[in-house]
Amino acid sequence: MTKQIIIPFGPQHPVLPEPIHLDLVLEDERVVDVIPSIGYIHRGFEKLVEKREFTDYVYIAERTCGICSFIHGMTYCQGVEKIMNIEVPERADFLRTIWSEYSRLHSHLLWLGLFADSFGFENLFMNAWRIRERVLDVMEQTTGGRVIQGSCKVGGVRRDISGEKLDEMNKALDIMEKEIEELTTVFLKDDTIRHRTKDVGVLSKEDAYHLGAVGPTARASGVDIDLRKTGYAAYGKLNLEAVIESGGDCYSRCAVRSSELFTSMDIIRQAIRKIPEGPIDVKVTGTPNGEYFTRAEQPRGELVHYIKGNGTKFLVRSRIRTPTLTNIPPLIKMLQGCELADVPVIVLSIDPCISCTER
Amino acid sequence: MAFFEMVKMALRTVTNRPATIRYPSEPAKKTIISRGHVTIDASKCISCGTCVRKCPSQALVVNKEAKTWQIDRLRCVVCNSCVDTCPVKCLFMDTQYSAPVTARGVETITITYVKPQKPEKKDEAAV
Repeated sequence: MTKQIIIPFGPQHPVLPEPIHLDLVLEDERVVDVIPSIGYIHRGFEKLVEKREFTDYVYIAERTCGICSFIHGMTYCQGVEKIMNIEVPERADFLRTIWSEYSRLHSHLLWLGLFADSFGFENLFMNAWRIRERVLDVMEQTTGGRVIQGSCKVGGVRRDISGEKLDEMNKALDIMEKEIEELTTVFLKDDTIRHRTKDVGVLSKEDAYHLGAVGPTARASGVDIDLRKTGYAAYGKLNLEAVIESGGDCYSRCAVRSSELFTSMDIIRQAIRKIPEGPIDVKVTGTPNGEYFTRAEQPRGELVHYIKGNGTKFLVRSRIRTPTLTNIPPLIKMLQGCELADVPVIVLSIDPCISCTER
Repeated sequence: MAFFEMVKMALRTVTNRPATIRYPSEPAKKTIISRGHVTIDASKCISCGTCVRKCPSQALVVNKEAKTWQIDRLRCVVCNSCVDTCPVKCLFMDTQYSAPVTARGVETITITYVKPQKPEKKDEAAV
C-alpha cells in the first residue's frame, strides 16, 4: 500500500478567494479522500432578523451574497408576501424576473472567467469579465447599484424601468449575445480547454440525485431540476427550457452554464416584450404572522429561505439554505479519484460561494 | 476539435482601445441614479427623524435640541431609504462615493432650518 499524505487546500488558495478548507488525502498524485471544513466567515445574518424590522431585513438578505444579491432579496420578499397574503403587481413581477436574469448573466459570466482562471487561461478570464461589465452597467443604470441592487422590497420593487430603457436593453442584448457566443465557443470547442475539463470530476446522475446536487451541477449530470419552472415571479408566463447535459464532468458543467447565458437572454427578451403597464408596488400594512418556505433558482442552484413571524414587526426566525452548501457533498464525490492538479478546476466547477454558504 | 478559436477576439483587443479606464485620473462611469453617498440640504431639514427610523443600518442620528444631523459613513449601506422617505426632500443621493477615511467617525452637520413664523391669529380675530 502506498503511503498516504494529507495536503491542505485553502482556506487561502490562489484559485479561490473565498475561505473553504479541504484536506486532500493523497496516494501519490491521486486524491483518495477529501475532508471539507467551513466556518471561516460566519456573519450571523440569521440572528440579525430578530433585531431588524422585517421590511429592513431585505437589505440584509440581499447582502448574503455579493453576486446573486438580487435573488436573495427577492426570495425573502416572496416569503414575507406569501405570509402576509400580499398580491404583488404584475409589472413588479416582470421587473423582478428581468433583474434576476441579469443577475444570472452576471454570475455565469463571472464564473466562466474564474473557471478559465482555474486552469490558467488568464486572457479568457479577462475577456469574460469584460463582457460581464456590460451586464453590471445595465444593473447600475436601472437600479443604481452595480452589485447590491437594493431594488426589491416587500410588496413590489423600488424602481421602475422606462419603456425607452427597456428597448435600449433589448438592443444591447443583441450586441452582448454576439460577444457571448464568441466567448462560449472558445470554452466549448477549444482543444486545450477540452483537455483540462473533459472527463474530469465526473458525477453520475444517481450520485447527483442522492447527494443532493442542485442547479447547474445537477443539470450537468442529467438531473432535470430547475426551480424557475415552478413559475415564481413572472417565470410562469414565459417559455423556458431547462438546459440539461448528461456528461457530469467539468466540461458539461461549463456547457450548462454557457447555454444558460442564452436562455437568460431569451427570458429577458420575452419579459421585455410581455411586460404590462401598471403600478410597481402595493402598500404593506400589518405584520407577518406565520411561517413560509420559499424557493428560487439562483445562478448556482436552488435557494431556500425559511421565514417565521409572530405578528410583531420583528421576525422570529430566518433560515437561508444556499446552493453551495448542498453542492459540497457532490464535490467530495467528484474529487475522490482525481489527480491533484485537477482539484482547482473541479472545486471551481460547482461555482462555490462560501460567503453565501456561511451567511 | 478546433484551434485558434480566440484569434478574432485577441486581434480585436489588440487593435481596440483598452476596455478599462485610467481611474482616478479619468472619472468612473456613473449614471444619474448611481448610489454614491447621502448628502443633506441643511437649510431645509425639519429634524423630524423619519430618516433615522427608516435607516436599516442605524447610521443616522438627528438631535432636535442641538440641531444636528449626523451620519456614520462606514455604517451607511447607501440603500436610498432615507432619501425616499424624507418628507421635505432635503436628502439627496450623490453619485460619487464618499472619500476614503483613515479613522472611524461621525460626520456632523448643523441644521440651519428656521421655522417660519406663524401669522398671528389674534389680529385676524380682531379684524
